[in-house]
Amino acid sequence: MSATARPQAVAGGGAVAREGVFLAEQLWPIKGQLALALIGLAVGGLMGLMQALDRVGIVIYKGLLLQSYYQGLTIHGVLLAFLFTFGFGNAFVSLMAIRGFERPLASTFLVQGAFWTMLAGTLLAAYAILRNQATVLFTFYAPMRASSLFYLGAALLVVSTLLTALNLVLTRRAWQREHPAERTPLLGFVGVVTYVMWALASLGVVVLVVFFLLPWQLGWLKTTDPQFNRILFWYTGHAIVYFWLMPAYISWYLIVPRQVGGRVFSDSLVRLVFILLLIFSVPTGLHHQYVDPGIPTVMKVVHLFTTFSVVYPSLVTAFTVMAALEDGGRARGGRGLLGWIWKLPWGDPSVAAQLLAMLVFILGGATGIVNASYNLNNVVHNTSFIPGHFHMTVGTAVALSFIGITYWLIPYLSGRELMGRRLALAQAWLWFVGVLLFARGQIAAGLLGEPRRSSIGEAPYRDLISAGLDNWLTAIGGTLMVISGALYFIVILWTLLAGRRLAQPMEIPVAEMRFGARETAPLWDRLGFWFLVGVILVAIAYIPLFVLYLPLNSVSPPIKVY
Amino acid sequence: MRIETYERIFMVLAGLMLALGIVGIAIGALVAGVHVPSPAGRVDPRALSTTPPFDQPGLRDLGGGKYEAVLVARAWQFQPNEIEVPVGSTVTFTLASSDVIHGFELTGTNANVMVIPGQISQVTARFDQPGEYLWVCHEYCGFGHHQMYGKVVVR
Repeated sequence: MSATARPQAVAGGGAVAREGVFLAEQLWPIKGQLALALIGLAVGGLMGLMQALDRVGIVIYKGLLLQSYYQGLTIHGVLLAFLFTFGFGNAFVSLMAIRGFERPLASTFLVQGAFWTMLAGTLLAAYAILRNQATVLFTFYAPMRASSLFYLGAALLVVSTLLTALNLVLTRRAWQREHPAERTPLLGFVGVVTYVMWALASLGVVVLVVFFLLPWQLGWLKTTDPQFNRILFWYTGHAIVYFWLMPAYISWYLIVPRQVGGRVFSDSLVRLVFILLLIFSVPTGLHHQYVDPGIPTVMKVVHLFTTFSVVYPSLVTAFTVMAALEDGGRARGGRGLLGWIWKLPWGDPSVAAQLLAMLVFILGGATGIVNASYNLNNVVHNTSFIPGHFHMTVGTAVALSFIGITYWLIPYLSGRELMGRRLALAQAWLWFVGVLLFARGQIAAGLLGEPRRSSIGEAPYRDLISAGLDNWLTAIGGTLMVISGALYFIVILWTLLAGRRLAQPMEIPVAEMRFGARETAPLWDRLGFWFLVGVILVAIAYIPLFVLYLPLNSVSPPIKVY
Repeated sequence: MRIETYERIFMVLAGLMLALGIVGIAIGALVAGVHVPSPAGRVDPRALSTTPPFDQPGLRDLGGGKYEAVLVARAWQFQPNEIEVPVGSTVTFTLASSDVIHGFELTGTNANVMVIPGQISQVTARFDQPGEYLWVCHEYCGFGHHQMYGKVVVR
């Protein structure tokens, strides 16, 4: 695919609009979803300060006008895990699809609908949470009672992603009609795969909310089965992390190599990785439930194997992305075994943020394998080891990559030059140092037995766990991450409000292939076939579980505990 | 499909690495005997106070250094929240929740289990060293979640 098509500005569209491809009526909902995502990052991230300081007994939630630590924790989880990730994913993947297919999205109605449902969902959920009627954390486990508005809001956020999924599939189909017998362009393909995976993955939480939780909260069902509800939740709950991660992978595979002057190894291997993620992301949910009492052990073992399978594409990613970076470093004059690393453009905040995110992901992935390792999970399950782990994956590999992407995406969308580049560099490094201290503290404290999602600052047993130093590391690291977040918003607001107009329209930096789509076997372009494989694997992983588990044990009425 | 030699080597190594991990887990389970909790039955959380053994929570001596500790988890306490056993005891913890989801994690041991309304949870730990072993509720269960804990005193 060509990375140098000629850009043209259209009236009111800033630097980005290329005639006939980027339509203004599709760009504003994309920008709108990005704005919602960043609002989620700002407010959700601010709550992190309250949580970090809580670790050393500094309890500030009342100062933030919150009823409890857990209300703040709910805001942190819902805004960062759902709004930030969904909003950014919808916006970024839609834009990459337009660029990849070199045509507008198939439906303007769907992309605008995705924006409006996301806005409505955010307002409903925020209203319920801020009124302390949904202090149930982002996992909203039954039988905790929460306002129906909260579930409706969460459901609308999911609907917004599904509208995007439908739009991407329709866009690919339209492209295929226009280009019969050609391989789908990679940049379009990976986005469609991401959202098709999510469409399959979201089924669990959709069924949970629509057929169980909403009717039960509204009083149409008197009782529900908490164990079965958890099975439905975690059906979606692990695949969702790949839904968060895959937009970052899109950038690592297809954008960052261009930014560092390298090329992608091959079209076919990237397709292989995304297809493996499509088929293995969903049938793995039970590894979050290794210590659940009601789940047959044999099914836990089945999910152990599928979980290890889904690690595989990430290991391949570690090699392939690194190889593309090395290609870039050597093209820039890097010599010797490691000399190419220093030649990478570390002075570019977009590159630096994403390279640091990748480095942290190595540790995040390794600790994830610990969680997935069946009996080893006994030691870490629901301890602070887990947030230590996932602040290196979603909290950095994903979040810091998204931040890095916005360092070119926001200038691209706004037509304004990035301001405060050195501040942006400092932001990336501060996050990197912060998360390493934070994760070191959380992981060590978790191994000593400190529970996760608990207000340690108010816990009477705080001094019975000898994690004093570790908790300080968590507090300092978390505070550095919040400061880094503040620097980020200074840079972004500075750029938007006072950035110089770009003299030349920007191009989306898309990497060249060493081996392009032409060399790819047709099977790697057969999305329907691989989706079917995914469905079969899900059936193997879940139908025996349902057979062994049923009948339902509906014994729990809603209970309000906050 | 076109794959570079180095890439092929790495793909094989990645597969071997994961296989090694599975072997390690199997050794942990089959040789060292570290297991994950298995289903131990269902129970109605609304009728815990009349359902044995949860109608009489507490420690039972099963003889031969074996004990069963029956614990009821409710927002926001364990009942009982302290048990005392001699050094060398093996204690099976049998738990049920009377309201929302709770957790049970015994620090310094492999005993870690969710306590989910409708399900009976069971984990076992052996105490070879004297001292106090803290257990905590590790699943968010409401406003007073962080106050929910207990301990095993080993003499």
